[in-house]
Amino acid sequence: MLSPEEWQAVELSLAVAGRSVLLSLLPAIAVAWMLARGRFPGRFLLDACVHLPLVVPPVVTGWCLLLLFGIQGPLGGPLYAWFGIRLVFTTEGAALATAVMSFPLIVRAVRLSLESVDTGLEAAARSLGARPLDSFLTITLPLMSPGILAGAVTAFAAGLGEFGAVITFASNIPGETQTLPLAIYSATQSPGGEVVAARLALVSFVLAIGGLLSADLLARRMNRWLGRG
Amino acid sequence: MLQVALRHGFQGFGLDVGFSAAEAGVTALFGPSGCGKTTILGAVAGLLRPLSGRVSLSGRVLLDTAAGICLPPEQRRCGLVFQEARLFPHLSVASNLRYGLNRAPPGATGPGFEEVVALLGLGALLDRRPARLSGGEKQRVALGRALLSRPQLLLMDEPLAALDAGRRAEVLPFLARLCDAARLPILYVTHALDEVDALADHLVLLQAGRVLAEGSVEALALRTDLPLAARRDAGAVLACTVAAHDTARGLTRLSFPGGTLLVPLRAEPVDSRIRIRLRARDVAVATQPPQGLSTQNILAAEVVGLGPAPTPHEAFVRLRIGPTELLSRITRDSAERLGLAPGLAVWAVLKAVTIDRALGAA
Repeated sequence: MLSPEEWQAVELSLAVAGRSVLLSLLPAIAVAWMLARGRFPGRFLLDACVHLPLVVPPVVTGWCLLLLFGIQGPLGGPLYAWFGIRLVFTTEGAALATAVMSFPLIVRAVRLSLESVDTGLEAAARSLGARPLDSFLTITLPLMSPGILAGAVTAFAAGLGEFGAVITFASNIPGETQTLPLAIYSATQSPGGEVVAARLALVSFVLAIGGLLSADLLARRMNRWLGRG
Repeated sequence: MLQVALRHGFQGFGLDVGFSAAEAGVTALFGPSGCGKTTILGAVAGLLRPLSGRVSLSGRVLLDTAAGICLPPEQRRCGLVFQEARLFPHLSVASNLRYGLNRAPPGATGPGFEEVVALLGLGALLDRRPARLSGGEKQRVALGRALLSRPQLLLMDEPLAALDAGRRAEVLPFLARLCDAARLPILYVTHALDEVDALADHLVLLQAGRVLAEGSVEALALRTDLPLAARRDAGAVLACTVAAHDTARGLTRLSFPGGTLLVPLRAEPVDSRIRIRLRARDVAVATQPPQGLSTQNILAAEVVGLGPAPTPHEAFVRLRIGPTELLSRITRDSAERLGLAPGLAVWAVLKAVTIDRALGAA
């Protein structure tokens, strides 16, 4: 049904989106915690910075990454010089660009779920002898897990379709950084590519629906597990 | 011995209290909403940091702002029971109960898991999630969870206030059993006088962030200068022993130092100790032995004194029956008509049916 090149684009999309979620999940939980519970100057600035990728054109985000993580960039330079890691024009770079783009989505979902956790339960855990980290791991984290899951699934689904930041930072290299949307774009740019574009668009559609359905199913299961069902 | 001295302030509200609680037994913090009761518990538990203060428990300093000591809640070993049960929704009842137990210091002693489960009747609930418990069951689990954390002090913040009357009557006997079994100092915040009567040994009266009076429940109940006296249910609190049941007549005889009382049949076994409140408005006074009355209790007494009642045309009469004192609230007109004066021998008249079944007896 799909040509090897098309399969490659699908697999690459899944890999990039998956890696992007792995990359951004823990920092997103930390940032969500700071935003929801932290009381420090500059909280609003942090909030605004986290949301920037949502409102700035993705091309601009990609360009900023290029400046930061380019081989001559302030972060990319040392990475390349000390560890031999190059992010521009690589699959890892595509994952990084996707992670930055979906970061605010995860932060928002996690923060919402964190704000819905009753701080009274944490106070109860502390009074029962739990240290702050213990209380977070045994009470807060399980109770916010549906939000973490929802954020991860949304970020994964959105990551499958990330275009602007990826093409700017990681370029459009088949088998390396050419994910589904980039492949669709290339197909529409080449004469007679409409059929390929349509097939890949259908795959995107199926992946999106599958993602949403499985997220819903998982959320129900988790809520039942949490005793909310 | 728990010693508390706290000063705190927020939004125009000032708290400045000092009191102590005995090594074992229930100390009730009683007062209207907004008098600072919950703030005090929070500061003792370490959930909020007061502006200044010192809290020590059996010589161990939990808080001393002057010395810069403020132990985090997990090191204070105060078992807390809140108004809402605050059970962990993702854990079973058994896991909720074990949460504190698993985190108790190795050397800490206290009742075991099975013992607490039996004490609070939780055996059938252990596998359930909190969402599938009734309000009363939740609160019982919360009590057990706090007790199992092997605390050195139990703090209860209106644990029955969120329950309806039925659930309240269901939980109160368990609470009374726990208070007896815990052998710990218990600080019990409430604005329900019947809970004070049923549970407390010692009473700290609070108003607008200050301690108004402190003493035994019996002693404070007799004070006519306190806001307690303005309540409809003001009156003496008597510690009684169940002397005998007469099921045929539907009566129970209670004995107290100086006399006995007949009350409607009670559920407690003979020899159990209970406390009853004789509302001042339900106690009548006669200068002649009354005859042909339906009233069951006509007790020889002596007038100790008269004092003003909160309403201008009424008076409190203090009566003595042996070593026990009672309060009667009558009109000033009656007091003058009868020529009541200290030293006068009178009869105190108490209708049996006005003596309530205490909450704990359900």
